[in-house]
Amino acid sequence: MTALRLALGLTVALGLGVSAVAAADKPDPVADAKAFQAFFVKKFPKVAFDDFVNGPYSMNEDMRRQWEEKEQFPPYEFALEAGKEMFSKPFKNGKTYADCFPNGGIGIRQTYPAFDATEGKVITLELALNRCREANGEQPYSYVKDEMASLTAYMAYTSRGKRFDIKIPDDPRALQAYENGKEYFYTRRGQLNFSCASCHVQSPGERIRAEILAPALGILNAMPIYRSEWSGMGTISRRFVTCNSQTRAVPLEPQSDEYRNLEYYLSYVSNGLPVSGPGARP
Amino acid sequence: MASSIRVRAILNGDTAEVQTLIQHPMDTGLVKDAKGELIPAHYIQQLTFTHKDKTVFLADWGTAVSKDPYVKFAFKGAAKGDELKVSWVDNKGATDSLTATIQ
Repeated sequence: MTALRLALGLTVALGLGVSAVAAADKPDPVADAKAFQAFFVKKFPKVAFDDFVNGPYSMNEDMRRQWEEKEQFPPYEFALEAGKEMFSKPFKNGKTYADCFPNGGIGIRQTYPAFDATEGKVITLELALNRCREANGEQPYSYVKDEMASLTAYMAYTSRGKRFDIKIPDDPRALQAYENGKEYFYTRRGQLNFSCASCHVQSPGERIRAEILAPALGILNAMPIYRSEWSGMGTISRRFVTCNSQTRAVPLEPQSDEYRNLEYYLSYVSNGLPVSGPGARP
Repeated sequence: MASSIRVRAILNGDTAEVQTLIQHPMDTGLVKDAKGELIPAHYIQQLTFTHKDKTVFLADWGTAVSKDPYVKFAFKGAAKGDELKVSWVDNKGATDSLTATIQ
């Protein structure tokens, strides 16, 4: 693991706060993303760069064939249709989701999560959608599935093929959020003592029980996903929560600071990869 | 509400290859909800494909079929432009049908 960290040019945080990291280790997201992407490209020379967004299907020929067959009748189709309907349906006050987003919310998935300078925190698409609802006098949706997954599915669908374009503004708070997300990603936790990276950086393409692990590179580009295991849709929040509980760690609240920062980090290092969501996974 | 049925029927020589996806909870009656109450059984009992008044595929289903069932089969004797009617009826008497054109 240490060798891997060094290969990725990471700082080994020995239980110290990030504040204790010396100035020489000033966060450098641009170099991080470059190293991160180079690592996967080198590890999987046969996988086309844009194919990483297809997760396990880019790693395993058999699964890929099944998936291509399945894509003729994508299992997320029902959610997508519902999302399209919900997105255009006005709130009680006559406004719509389109009023909350640039470009009417169409084709903008690749710009989320974004750092909000007035609040000094990372705003994810799921959070922005619920804030939009609350601003218009509606009840927020659960972050985990159903409506939220349908809405984000539709927004991702309208952005398919657009390349991730996550920005880290020149703001120490944005850099800190990114750094915290990175720290969360590489920190081991839970009864199995796994970090996110244990599976999705060290072992993509390997089997974990009957599943094939997806590479961390491009893993959020396919969100939200229909998982056969869930027999339903799930959002990014749901994926984080289940990842934590599967490694026998205590999941956090959806859209907590850590999860939003994690999403910020993971999305940033996948910059340049196309949106492929909504996706289907076993 | 859009139809619960998706159908694609493609002619390949003299054989029509039919694929269908149906949106249905297919509850077995053995699963409990968050409150610990049993979710009552709710499943498709019969699925029928009709081509020119002839039933080309008939399935009698029980609770063992998964949620949002997917069916794929092929039959002979169809021509391009023929109509294929799909319908299902579940144990609560709900039903839905759709007519697709063979391509």
